[in-house]
Amino acid sequence: MKTPAKKGAAAKKPAPAAKKPAGEAPLRGYDPKWLTRLYHDMVLIREFEDRVKYLFLQGIMPGTIHQYQGQEACAVGVCAALGPEDVITSTHRPHGHALAKGITADAVMAELFGKVTGCCKGKGGSMHIGDLAKGMVPAVAIVGGGLPIAAGMALSFKMSREKRVAAAFMGDGATNEGIFHEAVNMASIWDLPVLYVVENNLYGASTHVSLVMKVPHIADRAAAYGIPGKTVDGNDVIAVYEAAREARERALLGKGPTLLELLTYRITGHSRRDPCLYQPEEERKRALANEPIGRFGRRLLAAGVTDQKGLDAIRGGVKAEVERAVEKAMADPQPKPEDALEDMFV
Amino acid sequence: MTTRRLSIVEALREGIAEEMRRDPRVILIGEDIGIPGGWGGAFTVTLGLEKEFADRMVNTPIAEAGLMGLALGAALMGKRPIADVQYSDFLFCAMDQVANQVAKMRYMSGGKLTVPMVMRAPVGVTGRGAQHAQMMETFFVPLPGIKILVPATAYDAKGLLKSAVRDGNPVLIFEHKLLYGSKGARAESGTVDASSDIPDEDYTVPIGKGIVRREGTDVTIIATLLMMHRAVEAAALLEAEGISAEVIDPRSLVPFDWDLVKGSVAKTNRVVIVEESPKRGGIGSEIAATLAEEMIDFLVAPVKRVAAPNTPAPFSPPMEKFYIPDVARIAAAARELMDIS
Repeated sequence: MKTPAKKGAAAKKPAPAAKKPAGEAPLRGYDPKWLTRLYHDMVLIREFEDRVKYLFLQGIMPGTIHQYQGQEACAVGVCAALGPEDVITSTHRPHGHALAKGITADAVMAELFGKVTGCCKGKGGSMHIGDLAKGMVPAVAIVGGGLPIAAGMALSFKMSREKRVAAAFMGDGATNEGIFHEAVNMASIWDLPVLYVVENNLYGASTHVSLVMKVPHIADRAAAYGIPGKTVDGNDVIAVYEAAREARERALLGKGPTLLELLTYRITGHSRRDPCLYQPEEERKRALANEPIGRFGRRLLAAGVTDQKGLDAIRGGVKAEVERAVEKAMADPQPKPEDALEDMFV
Repeated sequence: MTTRRLSIVEALREGIAEEMRRDPRVILIGEDIGIPGGWGGAFTVTLGLEKEFADRMVNTPIAEAGLMGLALGAALMGKRPIADVQYSDFLFCAMDQVANQVAKMRYMSGGKLTVPMVMRAPVGVTGRGAQHAQMMETFFVPLPGIKILVPATAYDAKGLLKSAVRDGNPVLIFEHKLLYGSKGARAESGTVDASSDIPDEDYTVPIGKGIVRREGTDVTIIATLLMMHRAVEAAALLEAEGISAEVIDPRSLVPFDWDLVKGSVAKTNRVVIVEESPKRGGIGSEIAATLAEEMIDFLVAPVKRVAAPNTPAPFSPPMEKFYIPDVARIAAAARELMDIS
């Protein structure tokens, strides 16, 4: 494997996450059906997560959860740029990635309930959601753990001359793990077709990113690997899509990985029952005004892509879909206890 | 059947090359491999393979976690990687990828995924101090999801490697530095001859099957890798004293050939377990506990463990010699059991 020298692309000045960006990517030229599909997919994640949160608070659902409310544009924008043949790795916060990559709400909900009908037959649970048939490796809940796996999948694509890419989702915290360096360095030296996608939601659990990072932008770190780093408004689904599409095209041309920093905000707790007391009130207010679904809905209305009735219909349909998933998952059979002994070796 | 006398290094190299010719999905991932004029890995196992397989050898940065994750990702996409670290001690750097990702990926997927990858790691206390010395088997045996092999001869090294490549699951092979037979600048001092007559024909050694290295009736000595060779020497010493020792080489630690061990114990009623790692929490602990649970009625004396002390490996030769179980200690343990009953 050759190691071409490359000049690092300078990271652009990002718009702060909680402020409305100066300019949003225009909607002109996009198919209205595709635009409303993006809206649908984001609403599906939001409604799914809100329903799951309620089930937890009711004590009906087992385990623990790390939820995705507020970050929907990241998963939906990136996955909209990927083909069905492309693969992703995810994190301890994987529900949004799974739904965006096309795993059904039924299969994810059943897995959260630990049912045999779940996408991992109840062996994975919330933090290991995935289905490689849909292009998602079971989520890796060790921070940064998926990054070299994505490089390895991309290595396989490159060696077999397959026109596919791997996208590795991670949080801001993962970029402080040693494995981030090992993985991004390897992907860079071999020009592997990988998208390293950082969802910078400003907090690792309750620790603000500024307390654990000296550089102002995570994308700046790309310079250390001689690859492009780009800071993107992660609450603008079109901006995310366009950045991911560009990174994917670059990867498919054999030009190697891109580090995408998506500025976003987690409007729910880190995990269950987290009241987010560490998030300043003003910051939360701004973030709620800037959350991706409301923003995109307003843009669809302003551009005349659909009307309020259309948006309401999407939300209504999604709510019904989620409710059916809950009912089905609760009625689905439990695994036999001794099923725990299966699925070790081929 | 024609054969050739090969060292472990030569047998492994030949086995890898044959598997790469047989299956285009087999790739090599490791540090300092595939460089013309280079070392061929830390102990020359892959020396010269770049002449035939240059585009299937991935020479990685010094990044053990990264390279194991790389191998896992490639395996998930249908490759059959053989990934190696230079010294097994470095597996600690790779522990998240090996223990949390490689070992658990198939299970977490509900059996939907397969992880056909081989990992190789050199072990052995060999004059390098504490961090290039450890017998890492004891850290991986309790870890569900990885098969663990410990070949002590060239025949087994090649045959088990081939079985590992074809197995379809994560398989970790521990190879002993003093048994390799590495030559030239990478030759080890204190090497023990582990060469074998290797058949020209394709063959495999089954995973999970141990072997009786020497038959006996009075005491069973269980030992792997370098300790197996010392146990065979000890058995010869004991024979001169009228003690008939049976030496069992399990060859696989996971899965473990309990039938072979239990059958031997039922015959001899006495057991010595030898290991090069610290006694605390070692392989011997697991074997002894299982025999206590399931074979207590057959035992006429306590199970005896001969192991290294519960310290890191020391550097200075006199201390290192004291640290590693030797022939005299193994023989003494067997004598002690004979004296008890």
